This record gives sequence, structure tokens and C-alpha cells, in this order.
Amino acid sequence: MSLEIGSFLSIGLILGVVIITAALLITVERRLLGFWQERLGPNRVGWFGSLQVVADMIKIFTKEDWVPPFADKFSFVIAPGIIMTVVLLSFAVIPFAPNIGVIDSNIGVLFILAMASLGAYSVMLGGLSSDNKYALLGSLRAAAQMVSYEVFMGISLLGVVALTGSFNMREIVESQADGWYIIPQFIGFVIFLIAGVAESHRLPFDIPEAEQEICAGYHTEYSGMKFGMFFVAEYIGLVLISSLITVLFFGGWLGPEFLPPILWFSIKAFAFIAFFILMRAAVPRPRYDQLMSYGWLFLLPLSLVNLLITGVIILSMQ
Amino acid sequence: MAEVVVDGVVYKVNPDNNMLQECLSQGLDLPYFCWHPCMGSVGACRQCAVKQYRDADDKDGVLVMACMTPATDGTIISIEDPQAKDMREKVIESLMISHPHDCPVCEEGGECHLQDMTLMSGHNYRRYDKKKITHRNQYLGPFINHEMNRCITCYRCVRFYDDYAGGTDLAAQASHHHTYFGRYEEGVLESEFSGNLVEVCPTGVFTDKAFSENYTRKWDLQVAPSVCTGCSVGCNTTPGERYGSLRRIVNRYNSEINGYFICDRGRFGFDYVNSEDRIKVPLTLNGTGMEAVSDEELQAAIESYRGADVIGIASPRASNESNFALRSLVGHENFYSGISDSEHEATQLILSLARDTVFNFPSVREIEKADAILVVGEDITNIAPRIALALRQSVKNKAKELAEGCNIPTWQDAAVKELAQHDRSPLAILSSFTTRLDDVASDVLIDSPSALPGIASAIAYKISDKAPSVNSNENANSRIADQLVSAKRPLVIAGSSAGNIGLIQAAANIARALNDKRGEPIDLCLVVPEVNTIGMSMLVNGTNSLGVALNKLQSGAATKVIVLENDLYRHASSTEVDAALDKANGVLVIDQMPTRTTAKASTLLPSTSFSEHEATYVNYEGRAQLSFQVHRSHTSALPAWSWLSEQQREDIDVLINRCAEEAPNFNKLDNLLPDLNEFVASMKIPRQSHRYSGRTAMKANLNVHEPKQPVDDQSVMSFSMEGIPVTSDTPVLGAAWAPAWNSNQSISKFQEEVNGELKQGHIGELLIERNESGDYLDVTTPKVSDSGLQLSIAYQIFGSDELSAKSSRIQQRMTDAYVAISPSDAQSLGLNQGDEVSLDSNQHVAVACIRSKIKEGTAALYCGDNDIDRHALGATIALTKITDANLSRGIKGLIVSDLYEEGC
Amino acid sequence: MIKLIVDTLLSQVRTLWLVFLKLFKKKDTVEYPDQQPYMFPRWRGRIILSRDPDGEERCVACNLCAVACPVDCIALQKGEMEDGRWYPEFFRINFSRCIMCGFCEEACPTNAIQLTPDFEMAEYIRQDMVWEKEDLLINGTGKYHDYNFYRVAGKQIEGKDKGEALNEAAPVDVRSLLP
Repeated sequence: MSLEIGSFLSIGLILGVVIITAALLITVERRLLGFWQERLGPNRVGWFGSLQVVADMIKIFTKEDWVPPFADKFSFVIAPGIIMTVVLLSFAVIPFAPNIGVIDSNIGVLFILAMASLGAYSVMLGGLSSDNKYALLGSLRAAAQMVSYEVFMGISLLGVVALTGSFNMREIVESQADGWYIIPQFIGFVIFLIAGVAESHRLPFDIPEAEQEICAGYHTEYSGMKFGMFFVAEYIGLVLISSLITVLFFGGWLGPEFLPPILWFSIKAFAFIAFFILMRAAVPRPRYDQLMSYGWLFLLPLSLVNLLITGVIILSMQ
Repeated sequence: MAEVVVDGVVYKVNPDNNMLQECLSQGLDLPYFCWHPCMGSVGACRQCAVKQYRDADDKDGVLVMACMTPATDGTIISIEDPQAKDMREKVIESLMISHPHDCPVCEEGGECHLQDMTLMSGHNYRRYDKKKITHRNQYLGPFINHEMNRCITCYRCVRFYDDYAGGTDLAAQASHHHTYFGRYEEGVLESEFSGNLVEVCPTGVFTDKAFSENYTRKWDLQVAPSVCTGCSVGCNTTPGERYGSLRRIVNRYNSEINGYFICDRGRFGFDYVNSEDRIKVPLTLNGTGMEAVSDEELQAAIESYRGADVIGIASPRASNESNFALRSLVGHENFYSGISDSEHEATQLILSLARDTVFNFPSVREIEKADAILVVGEDITNIAPRIALALRQSVKNKAKELAEGCNIPTWQDAAVKELAQHDRSPLAILSSFTTRLDDVASDVLIDSPSALPGIASAIAYKISDKAPSVNSNENANSRIADQLVSAKRPLVIAGSSAGNIGLIQAAANIARALNDKRGEPIDLCLVVPEVNTIGMSMLVNGTNSLGVALNKLQSGAATKVIVLENDLYRHASSTEVDAALDKANGVLVIDQMPTRTTAKASTLLPSTSFSEHEATYVNYEGRAQLSFQVHRSHTSALPAWSWLSEQQREDIDVLINRCAEEAPNFNKLDNLLPDLNEFVASMKIPRQSHRYSGRTAMKANLNVHEPKQPVDDQSVMSFSMEGIPVTSDTPVLGAAWAPAWNSNQSISKFQEEVNGELKQGHIGELLIERNESGDYLDVTTPKVSDSGLQLSIAYQIFGSDELSAKSSRIQQRMTDAYVAISPSDAQSLGLNQGDEVSLDSNQHVAVACIRSKIKEGTAALYCGDNDIDRHALGATIALTKITDANLSRGIKGLIVSDLYEEGC
Repeated sequence: MIKLIVDTLLSQVRTLWLVFLKLFKKKDTVEYPDQQPYMFPRWRGRIILSRDPDGEERCVACNLCAVACPVDCIALQKGEMEDGRWYPEFFRINFSRCIMCGFCEEACPTNAIQLTPDFEMAEYIRQDMVWEKEDLLINGTGKYHDYNFYRVAGKQIEGKDKGEALNEAAPVDVRSLLP
């Protein structure tokens, strides 16, 4: 079986690698956070703590999977499934390497944005069905935050799309052979980075699950593997956002010949994963109202201006 | 109303008071030591220094003592003035020079007025580097600890003990900074009110010895407002519990009854509650002995006491609810009085007088206002001690009257006392023997029991000739009559304890004669011996006396009997009770402690003590008061009303409401229940202080998993520290505490004004309506034979009350049964002091006590803790000396000064 | 406005950079139990009851530790020796509730209750975390070596008559008239 787009081998590889990476990230993040806080982090299980993830998995699988009697059972159960599904589906259009990928879609960017929007249902349903005031507050925050940030996330990408002239992710990568879009689209990159963090509600924008204020937000009532699915989905989302940045602004698999393209992709993606973890270690969480006004009053105009200027430049270049 | 300015704020105050009192009334914090709300000002401690200004323009001002400054209109003072504050700080610094480093090992710590005032005045470091004065302590008896080092010489102790309570054996000794407060030599403090020294002393010189042996800090006590069950006065108390045992009782302020003081019987007579002898589980007679039974068998045994042939015998020491529950169970016609027949007759007479419009049954506060008093045949100090303390205040009304004539404010304690010297309001006592009030009495007429009603009737006739005519030429009689007629507020006292109904009739006639003369309701105080004698009697039919009940049992008209918290042997002769109980088919006894009656029970149910249940009691004036549950019983004991109510464990609220509906005269009883709806968010009132400690450790030795706090679903109070804070407007006040006021002096924060009613109200509910008019009564004279000595019953504060006599503390002060006789009778009988004598030549043995102040031909018999079957004795007794007795009895427990004159 | 935005942005970048540099710093973690940490003498660990320099129990059962305790995990009962000394009849600390705040030590007027650097108090059975006086009382003075409350207090005990405490004059003769 050859490694080509859409082959079972390719699909299986992507699915396996993404999930295992996400799981490993649990350990990696804890170690990195430790280092950045002048601690050691988990180092007891396995060599330098490498088996910590195994211990964590055993724990999370064997925990009691409790559904609160007051919860709405159906929505409560499907909510974590939705988020897992949509983030994994998003990987379908990611071009990992010239020959690795699930589909080569002409509307790749739109597909990603659509999946991200569906993700909002998961946290909303999870919070609402829990019948818990913390969960409700968390899901309200999550819904508002995700819907808001999707707006300029999309707009910030339009510069890239305009430059390429296509929604196809592979074409976007290939069109960067002469130079990565980070240079012409720097502002777009910054906005996408911020929106991406907000979209995956990672720190510093983890307002929907801010422990200090609302317990654990929308997944307060979740336990066992259902919680685990929210937990792992967050890390998969992290991988997804990093991959997207790599694809859209850093030339995807492109790089000098001495390394295979998939490795270039991995190195770039991992650098952004590490950057997100660094942000978690360094940047404090803003207030909810600050987050919303920052998005609508600053990022939205900025992304529109960015799109306008890009358009003007493209028109004047023709 | 006068307007005064304190720190720039205008207050409306009472000009008859001093500034300290009025500042406290307004809720201001001003330190003080020597002043006491009940004892006026002497200006000794200099602690309440404030700045006084001549007028609004005066900026300098002068330092004055607030307690010595009248609150006249226009007075301008400053508490916050730096100079005044500095003065107060220096004063307390000098007071503290010799105060020992004792707080951790001092029983007063945590409720110490000195601690509070030191903190309030700002002193914290002893700069004086010379040595501290020390003193040796004295043994002051089983009640009071003495630790003289801690004294700050405020003189409150002697002002209370000597001036207020009339004690003679505590005094200030030595001089200057060697001043010593104690007895001339070590020994038991004699006053019946010595326990109040604990609360009066602002620091730890006098502390509660009983409490110290079972010590807990104030904040750790679980408390609830309670009512003393020691006598019929119904003083308000605050019992405190910790680790499941009752630790102490302190006074709880009630403006109408006890004010700031209670007697030693009430304060120290409680530890039977913790006794190992308590009946702990329900028992039934099985063959030969009593044994515990299963719940079903017990239920069956209780169920068998329903039917027409069951009678119930009530109890004067059980609550209204218990008595009412019994009455509901057996039916009104089968519900019998639990007091002796003579007392029953007297109490029914008292109840009829209580409905008569010409009389007013005065509260203790009203007794203190009387300025001419006649005590007819009662030894008040030993029957209703708190009233005796009030009488000692009412004789001072003469001094107040003199002071008012000289424009001296009545709160100027030293000046008023100096002015009056030994001039007192008249207090006349008719008695068969000397009483403890003789030292303040203007006339003491001692005569035999059979002659006393005659003397009293003669006084009535002297007052008004509408009274039944009795001829007498005694000067004393006319003098007493004149004093009563000319007084502003005369008071006549009698009671049922003397066992001589003629005395009550004659006292009522005197009061009626006074009413004829003056046309206003006359204070007539009729005391009864036990806490709920009046309440019980109000529930009983007048014809249902104990004698009838016993006859009914003996004749077989009733086969079963329920005896409610009552030792029948105290109220009827042994032969009668034995005959009745032996004949009965079943005897169900409910009681707390084993008695001779419980020994006769076929079913014995344990009941809770006063601190273990919520209940109401009716005092001598017909005032019903609610006493709350303080702690839970750790045995199977239930409140007696719970055993008796229709569905077992009927709610107390339901029972009180039912009693108010069904029992005549009790219709106001339900007013006593505080309304939970008034409370903030329906929060309950905590029984524990907000500082209650050790909650997660006190039961951890049993199980580290803490039990849930017990839930009290019946009361407005909870067994917890959560609820409405004490400082806000809780309608129920357990222990007083206010920020910066940890001692009992914090009570001023809860009074409408100093000495006024509590903001919480709850001074009880007078149950009996006065709507009848009566006429002069025929006075019964006891029939006596010429042989032998006329019998007069004597009581002792320590020993005559059934339950307190079972307390170990009280037992240390109790004396054996004695018979007091005059020296000439002793001589003719050949008796010496301390000889043992038998009464009527039977097995009853008492100690002979020869006293000079007793009528010849009269014997005053004190029965001890029911050692003597007095109901078997007639109106006269014969005494025989026992020579071969080896019973080692004595009269050591008698107060020494009682016998001092006898050289004993 | 622009300056504010740039400053803010740079400040965030600087933060990220500084935190990133911590990757190369020496770590503070002490790898207990492989490595025993140094415990400072005033560390607030296991609570003990000490004795005074004469070997008598220091605790006088004044209840101040119990009332200071924010989790109410100290319970005790005062007892009294023949000579008037106060002592705790029982003294119980529920360590499963204790938060090692040290308020009890602050409150103690006799230096009896002290917190020690020992923190290894875990138990498999929660009941074992309830310590009685026998478990708490040590044979020593703890951190404070010289203090003996009864030498300072005015209360008379065996071996110390009235007037023999620190800074006390001999008892007054009440019958004397001398100044």
C-alpha cells in the first residue's frame, strides 16, 4: 500500500499520530510548564516521566464514569463526542506533506472554519445539560467567545486566500514556495494566532473553564473518560491550530531538501505547540469583558483593515 | 427628658441618672469598675473619667467622673477627649500594677470585666518595675474560690455582699494598698447570695468553685435561656453545657424578676442533672426486680395506662406541659393535685385571691419599690430567697426618700447611705421563730403558730374596722398598721409553706383592709414552695386533692396511677402513700432521680431535667415563663410531656398551643413562643457562641468522621454556632456578649436602657386575669392540743428543695433534720444543744437545736431532705431525748451566724 | 495610541521571552523523598505539647489554642492538681482537620503548644490522625528553653508560695497597721 492522499495508510497514520501526539502533549505540556516555572514537572513514571501519559490514561479510563442524576442524559453524553469528532474531522483537509493527507479539497479553509463553528455546540451542550450553575456560566462564556472569535479568525485568513486565489490548502502551501505568507500577512498571522487560542479556549483565553472563578466551567460535572474526551480534544485542537498556522503562514511542508517534507511540517507545528504552552506559562488570563471588547473593538477592525490593504495591494499589482 | 451632648452628639437622657449610666444606656463604650447598675455610684475607681465642658464655648473643660456627674439638661462631656483617654489609661495602669500574670489559669478569663476594660482603655504593658503586692487566700466554703492577688480594690464585693445582700462576714480589711477583701477568718461565706460575688467581682478574685472543678471557658458553653426551678420565684438563668454535662448556671437579666442576682440554691443546685444516679432507661417490674424492656413491651406497658380506672397525680416541679399532657391523658376528673392537702387548700385560696381585683401580686421589681412591708409567717429567705434579697432593697426606700428630700440623687450610693444611717423603711415580721431578715426588720413578733393568725387579724382590724373585729391592745400591732396605712406602697407577704392557711387568710384580710383605706390595689405577695406549684394548681380541679387520689386508690375506685415527677412521700404521710401504692394495680412513675416513689413503680420512665427540655413554668405571681432546652440528654430520657402525649414525641409548640386553647387561664401561654417567621431568613438562634471551639475534635476520639450537628426541629434555637448573631435583634438572649464586652456587664448592650427591659422582651406572661371581687375571709386557727410543743415547719435554702438537695454542692451546705426549741423548753425536756431527739416517740429522729429567738412551747422542725415524715405529725409534737442513738447527726450546715448568739 | 499598542505588544513578547529563558535555569524542585529537604526550625509541622524546664507539663488548659483554631480541631478539658496547678485532663488534636496555621502556638500563653518541622504525618487510617495528650506531650522544652509560666504567674502552687513568683513581694499581713 502506498502512501498517497486519501489512502487508508495515510488516514490511519494521520488519525493515529494526531491522537498519540495529543495524548503525549499532556505529559509534554506538564514538563514544559514545569521547566518554565523553575520546577521539574512530572518525572517519576518511566524515563524522565515519559510514561506519565500511560499512568494518566490508566487513571482516566478506570475512573468512575458518573452522569449526574439531574443532568440531561442524552446531550450530556454526546457533548464530548461532538468536540472529538469535529476536531478530528478538521484534520481531513490539513496537508501534512505532498503525499500525506485525507482529502484534497477545494474548500479546505472553509471546511476548517465550519468544523470550528460546530465545536461551539459541544461546549454549549455540555454546559447546559449539566444543570449546574458553573457549567452554565462556562458554556455561556464559551459560546459567546467562540462565536465572536470565529468572525475575525475567518477574516484574518482571507488575506492568505486572496493572495493564493484559492481555498485549497495544498494550493496555499504550494503558493508559498517563493516566500511564506508570514511576511505579507503578518497582521493576519497575529490575529489568527490570537483567535486560534481563543477558539481552542487555551490559556490565556480559557475563560469558559476558569478554575478560579467558575470551578471548571462547562465540564464541571464531567468525570472519567467523558472528561477525558474534552481534555484530549483540547490538545487535538492545539495540534490543529498549530498545523493550520504552519500551513497558512509558514509554508507547510516546504523547506530545504535535506529533511523530508513531513518532518519540516512536524518541526514547524511542534514549535507552535511549544509556543502555545509558553503562552500558558507566561500570560495571565484577561477578564471576560476585556476579551470580548478586545475582539470586537480592536481585532475585528484590524482584520478588516488588513483585508482591505491586502486587496488594494493585490489589485494594484495586477 | 434632658438633652446632653456627648462628643458633639445630642442625646435625650433621663436627668435622674448619672452620665455613666446614661452613656451606657445610649450604647456608648465607657470603662468603669466600681459602678454597678444595681448599686449606684461611689466614684472610687476613677475609671470613667470624661471631660466636662461648661458650655459650647468652653474648649478646655475639666476631668470629671461620669458616674458622679448628674445627667442634667445641657451637660456637655467628651469621652474621646485625649486627656480623658489618657487619664483612663493611667488609671487602669495603676490598677494593674499588682495584678498577677494569671489570666490563663483564671476562671474569669474570657469573661473578665477587667480584661475588657484594660483593652478598652488601651493599657498593655506594665511599666512599673517594683514588686507586686500579694495576699494569702481564704477558704470561703464549697461555693466560692478566693484568689485575692487579682483584686483591684473596686469595693464592689463588699458593696454587694454587705450593703446590698446584708451579709456580715465579708469586709474590707487593712488599709492603703494592702486592702484585703475577705472574712475575719477562713470559713464558709454565710450569705445565701454569695454566688453573686462571682458575677459582681469585675475580675477573678471570687470565682465559682463548682464551675472551676468542671471548667469551660464562657465561649465554649452551649447555652440557652432558662428558668430556675429551685423555688417559685422563677429567676431567669443561663445554664451552660459542655461535653454533655451541665457546667454552671449564671444569672440571666430579667427586669421584672431577678434583675442581676440569683440565690445560691439556683446557682449551685443543678448538678443532679449530671448525676450517675439519674434514671437512664425505662424499666418495668418483672417478677422481683426492675429491668429494662424492649420498645414494644414498653409501648404495651404504657398503653395499658389508658382507661377510666387510671388516675394521674400531677407535680409541682413538672412543667405546665407535662402536667397538661397528663391531664389530657387521664382526663380532667382523674387528674389530681401533687401537693399535700393543706398546701392544696392554701394554693387554691391563693389562686382565688389572684383573681381578686383588690390585690396585686407584685413582681420582684415591684417588691423592691415597697416602703412598708409585713411578712406574715413565712421564712422568706429560705422559701423564696430572691424575694428576701428584694426585701433588703425595699427597706432602703426610706433612705432614698430622705435623699430626695435633701436633693441628693439616689444613685449617690455613699451619700444616701451616710444620710440614712440605720433609718430603714418599716419591715415587720410575724413568725414563730427568728428568720434571716430579722436584722433589717423594724418589728419582729414571735409567737406560736396558733397565735399568729390572730395577731395578723388584729392588724387588719386596726387598719380598717370593716375587717373582722379582733381585739388587741398590742402597741406593735397599731404601729405596724399605721406604717402600712401611711406608706406609699405597702406590701403584705405570706405563703403556703408555713402550712397554716390562717396566715394567708389573715394576710389577705390585711391587704383588703388596706384597700378599703386607700382604694387602690394592694401588693400581696403569696409565695409557694415549688417552681410550678401555681401552674399545676391552675390545671387541677379544686376538689381533686392528693388525699382524694390516695383514697381512691386505696378503696379500689381507681386501679392504676400515673405519678408525674413527684415523690409522693414528700406530700403525704408514708402510711397513706404506702397503702395506696401497694393497693394499686399498676404504678407508672416518670421521674429524673430515684425517689421513694420510684421504688414503688411497676413501670418507671426516665424524664429529662430542666435543662434538657423546653417547657413553661408559672411563678408565684402567675407569670408563665418559657425555659429553653440547653443540651440533649444522652440517655433514653424523654421530657415527661413526651412520654404522656397522645402520639409519643408530640411537638412542644403543639402542646403549648393545645394547652393555651384547652386549659382555662392558660390562654396567653402561646404568647411565650417566639415566632420563627420574625427571624432573619428564618434562621435559628444558635445555642453556641460564635467562638465555640473544638467542634471537629471533641468527638473525634469516638469517630474521626464528625457526626452531623443534632437538629432541633422543635425549638427556635439550634444546637450549633450558626444562625442569627447574638448581637443583632435575636428575640431570645442566651448569654450576653457584645463586641469588646465579654463579661456579663455586656448586658447593658441588650437593655432598652440600663436597668430597663431587655430589647428581647420576654419577661413572661401574667396568666391570671383579675376580674372577681371578694370579701374578708374567715381566719382559720390551727387546732392544737395543750400537750407537747406546737409544730412549726422550718425550711432551709439548701435542702428543702427536692432536686437541688440532690446536688453535691448543695449537699455540702445541707444540715440534718433538726428541731429548734427555746431554751426554757429545752431545760424542761432536759435537752442540750445537738442532742438527738425522737418526735412523737417514733422512728423520726432530729437534732435538737436550742435557739433563744423562738416562742416557748413551739418547735420549729426542719425535715432535712425529707428525712422526717412530717405529714404523719399532728399540730403538736412530743420530743424525747435519745440517749443510745449513734447516728452522728449534726447541724453543722446551719449558717454560723444563725447560731452565733446561741454560742454554738 | 500606537505607542500604547506597541508597548503592550512588546511587553507581552518580553514576558514570553523571559519565561522562555527559565528553561535554562536551575530548578528549585527538591526531589523528596530521595533527597531530604532542609526544614527550618520554625516550620509549621506536627504539633507537640512541651514541658517546662522543671519537667512539668506546660499546658495549663487555658483553652486559648482551641478558640484560636480556625478549624476547631483542638479539644481539651481543664483539670486541677492538688496544689492548684491547672492541666489538661485530655488534650486532643484532630490532625485530619488541622491546617498547620500555627495560630494555636501564637495564642499559647505558656509556650506549651508548639509546631515542629516534622511534616511526615500521613496515615492510611483517618482515625489514626486523632492524637491525644499522650501522643502530643514530649519530654522537653521544644523551641523555648527557659520559660516557666508558673514562675511568673501569681497562682500559688507546690514549691512556690505566694509572693515567690517573679517580681512579687511577700504576702501582706492584713492585721498589720504599718504602712
